[in-house]
Amino acid sequence: MDASATASEKNLKSRVNHVATVAAAYADEVDRDSRFPKEAVDAMKAERLLGIMIPEELGGEGLSISEIAELCSTLGQACASSAMIFAMHQIKTSSLVTHGNDADWHRNFMRRIAAEQLLLGSATTEAGIGGNLRNSICAIDAKDGRCFLEKDATVISYGVESDAILITSRSHKDAASSDQVMTVFLKDQYTIDKTHVWDTLGMRGTCSDGFMFRGEAPAEQVLPHPFAEIAAQSMLATAHLLWSSVWYGIALDAFTRAQNFVRAAARKAPGTQPPGLVQLAELSSQLQVIRSNIVGGLRSYEDACKDQDRLSSMGFAVAMNNVKIASSEMILPIINQAMRICGIMGYKNGTPYSLGRHLRDAHSAQLMISNDRILGNTSNMLLVHKQETSLLG
Amino acid sequence: MNGEIRALLAKLGGLPVSIDTIDDNGDLYAAGLSSFASVQLMLGLEEAFDIEFPDHLLNRKSFASIAAIENTVKTILADREVA
Repeated sequence: MDASATASEKNLKSRVNHVATVAAAYADEVDRDSRFPKEAVDAMKAERLLGIMIPEELGGEGLSISEIAELCSTLGQACASSAMIFAMHQIKTSSLVTHGNDADWHRNFMRRIAAEQLLLGSATTEAGIGGNLRNSICAIDAKDGRCFLEKDATVISYGVESDAILITSRSHKDAASSDQVMTVFLKDQYTIDKTHVWDTLGMRGTCSDGFMFRGEAPAEQVLPHPFAEIAAQSMLATAHLLWSSVWYGIALDAFTRAQNFVRAAARKAPGTQPPGLVQLAELSSQLQVIRSNIVGGLRSYEDACKDQDRLSSMGFAVAMNNVKIASSEMILPIINQAMRICGIMGYKNGTPYSLGRHLRDAHSAQLMISNDRILGNTSNMLLVHKQETSLLG
Repeated sequence: MNGEIRALLAKLGGLPVSIDTIDDNGDLYAAGLSSFASVQLMLGLEEAFDIEFPDHLLNRKSFASIAAIENTVKTILADREVA
């Protein structure tokens, strides 16, 4: 506990900056070898960042979603894979903080996460559901106070490295596909056998391999609220906001590299306007739009948290989906433009202006969580939901 | 009204079970009402009762059970009479 006390006395910014420095040092290697960013995650643990969202009374620091989004953006500027892992861990934590706070087992588990800096993985997708996390085929089987689950999970992010996995399933063997629950399984309560290898264009360090999951645990580890509520009230909003913050970080670092390139050119030829300077101004404006979009979304979420009805309303779901769509669509043109500014120095690997990793990581934003699927959901809601007509709401 | 809502649910709800097996307070989401089907149901209700759902009633709670839907529709109808 002493370590925690010392850590919390340190300024949050210096703690995350330390993690970002470590993450940046290994980012190219993590990307090239498609390996887990162990050094960065160890640094997150050393700086006590993994329990940071957990309420203070349970040993955490009770940080708000906006404060965590800031950390995601800082880490996104250093190593997108490390930032994504941090974001995904916090998204899982938000489900516990929001929906597990009234259950003894989950409160104790949150204490353990903060004290032992446990890393939470996620298993929400499954073979045969076509990527729609609000449907499950597998069902949890609870009897005599125990629960059993077998799931053909097409993706378990950093599954091998997780200390616990939060996994969705139908609530019982006769339940409808959308009648789901989420259960916490600790590392010693499950086995995972790899079925797919994560060899992708970007976000290579998240090691989101596929696994056959088999777990057995006390039945009280099932979260006491339907997954539909968890998804609507904490998971979808925190996911869209924290992912967007990671992507903003990637775009911001691309911008910074382009700016450094232009500044270096300007220093070499004083008195002349270096090429790329006007394009840089355009980029700055686009970056500001993404930032405003995310900040507006964070405010909406923090306001909605005070009002359960607002939190589960269509208007709110549409707004959060839109944050994700806009930020994921807008970062790619920014990185492309930054590469035009840096030219061959951006295209080449191993220069201070290299942007290949940024470009590949950023592509994940539209694809890992399919924009077409989200647009489909939003368009369905727009059949009844009406657009807000006032500027300030 | 209850009968009309049940008929619309049977037609648009896409439920894997017969509507007769669900009582008025039964959880429709647990019975398999998807978000897509719930929007189709809302459109059906708007058409059948000649109403328009205001945004503040477009949430999970309003459509959680047959009784909740009935309540929501009655609220909208009552508001309309006042206005």
